[in-house]
Amino acid sequence: MITMIQNIWKKTAGRQWLMPVLLVAGLGASFAVPEYALVNKYIQLVMMYVGINIILTVSLNLVNGYMGEFSLAHAGFMSIGAYTAAMLTMRVLPVMDHPWLFPLAVIAGGLSAGFFSLLVSVTSFRIRGDYLAIITLAFLMIVKSVIENIDYLGGPRGLPGIRKLTTLPWTYFWVVFSVWVIRNFVYSKYGRGVLAIREDEIASELMTVNTQRVKILTFAVSAFFAGVAGALFAHVLQFISPRVFDIIKTTDILIMVYLGGIASIGGSILGAVLFTVLLELLRPSNTAAILSFLPDVIFNPVNQHFIQHLGIWRMVIMPLLLVLLMLFRPHGIMGLKEFSWFIPRLDLETGNPAAPKDKLHEPA
Amino acid sequence: MSLLEARGVSHYFGGLCAVDDFNLTLEPGELMGIIGPNGAGKTTIFNLLTGVYRAGKGSIRFGGTELIGKTPHQITAMRISRTFQNIRLFKDLSVLDNVRIAHYSQIAYRPLEAVFHVGRYRREERRIMNRSMELLAMLKIGHLAKETADNLPYGLQRRLEIARALAIGPKLLLLDEPAAGMNPNEIDQLMELISWIRRQFDLTILLIEHQMKLVMGICERLLVLDFGATLAEGSPHEIQNNPKVLEAYLGEEPVG
Repeated sequence: MITMIQNIWKKTAGRQWLMPVLLVAGLGASFAVPEYALVNKYIQLVMMYVGINIILTVSLNLVNGYMGEFSLAHAGFMSIGAYTAAMLTMRVLPVMDHPWLFPLAVIAGGLSAGFFSLLVSVTSFRIRGDYLAIITLAFLMIVKSVIENIDYLGGPRGLPGIRKLTTLPWTYFWVVFSVWVIRNFVYSKYGRGVLAIREDEIASELMTVNTQRVKILTFAVSAFFAGVAGALFAHVLQFISPRVFDIIKTTDILIMVYLGGIASIGGSILGAVLFTVLLELLRPSNTAAILSFLPDVIFNPVNQHFIQHLGIWRMVIMPLLLVLLMLFRPHGIMGLKEFSWFIPRLDLETGNPAAPKDKLHEPA
Repeated sequence: MSLLEARGVSHYFGGLCAVDDFNLTLEPGELMGIIGPNGAGKTTIFNLLTGVYRAGKGSIRFGGTELIGKTPHQITAMRISRTFQNIRLFKDLSVLDNVRIAHYSQIAYRPLEAVFHVGRYRREERRIMNRSMELLAMLKIGHLAKETADNLPYGLQRRLEIARALAIGPKLLLLDEPAAGMNPNEIDQLMELISWIRRQFDLTILLIEHQMKLVMGICERLLVLDFGATLAEGSPHEIQNNPKVLEAYLGEEPVG
């Protein structure tokens, strides 16, 4: 049975036309779901959070997984993107009459986050590992306290009254776009430079890799998409404050990265989906709804002793799962592996190389 | 014009003089060896030549361009490449990726072309892929292209390091103890390999080695270092009979 499913999977996964078809189908679905109210508002909201978390996870994986650094600044970049985009849609762009201007605000959010990533990437020229973690932590705290002290941005009280501009189709578009761009980046000379830096920075310099340039680019791409995710996030939540983007937010993204697996795009998507959906399912009302098919004899005591107290236990169960995962799969679910869908054809083909053997001189 | 010219290069680690007034001239096509006891400063010289350390004094010219002050990636992109005494492959990456990474400076596309798969991206990737596979095939490790570098046996890891160094398209190749840890049989093969790549890729080679068999067998000129100072320079035959060298390095017995 399992081998049959595996065979079918292998056959379908190998089809070239499948990916575009699925992408178009997804786009159609992202329009149809809110239009015809195929699922309720709550599930639509969760779907948007899943999308935003995918963008955050894949982009953080670029630095923490592929490059092997430990950056804690991701929530900081997210807040820069969120505030930039929110200021634009509230004070500058006439989005009231022209909602199609929203992508401009999102791009601006990404660009400003990408610009501030220079602060982190330039310090990372000479500093690695734990020391870089501390510097990125400092960056995160600086961003937070700077925003807290600017009244124009709402200070510590936050910024209410952001218009709800993030829709399911837009979220879908940005997810596909960010995954595509980051995948292309990873399978280019820059991406290989990133991997080389993780393995041995001096050796990669001596193999002509311009490590400073690669680091600047990597942090910029990573921060750009954190900013994009922040912009989308602000326009779902409709309220942002500095406290939304603190170390806890970074920790959430880190968990999704390490849960899904380092240096794997497929893993990051998996990690983001699993983490977001699991946390939602562990809400007492949702768990109760799922388990309500059980006969009352079982359901009632379970509900009374466990489900109603889930609010307290939710944040114990997730970390516990994470500890178990680290014990049994230290690289995460998909660590250092990749779905073949995300690998460019040229890289897949190297299994049977057609090197011109005949006309070569033979070495010793 | 000589290919490499080092004049009065000195380097200190704190108060310790690692290399003192080092002079070297390499003509195109030469195969020269540096020998000397452990700690004599041989690897330091490679690190100075490739920009890992910045020489405190002196000048190093490669094809007329001053190298001191340039970063390692700038120097290696000028076609100086090296291997390492203790193998420094990108262990967790595939054999193919190890060689493809070394093509970094020769790939012409820019970040936006890479990210959006437009312009030169496809053509360049295809070209580098073919070149890398060709190079691996020439060094007889083409069938291992997909293997993780760390899984290769020791001798093949050494071979992959040479392949990776050749991927840079070097004019000057620096080999840091290529025969370390090899048995006499493997050393014979390595000597043939070095002579072969030298002809095939039109290389100038500078190598550090302790194995006298290899040094005396293939080097045309030798330089002896001791405590950072140059003790002697000349043909293997001259070095073998140089009383200073015999006393300081080889002891009383002549080399076989």
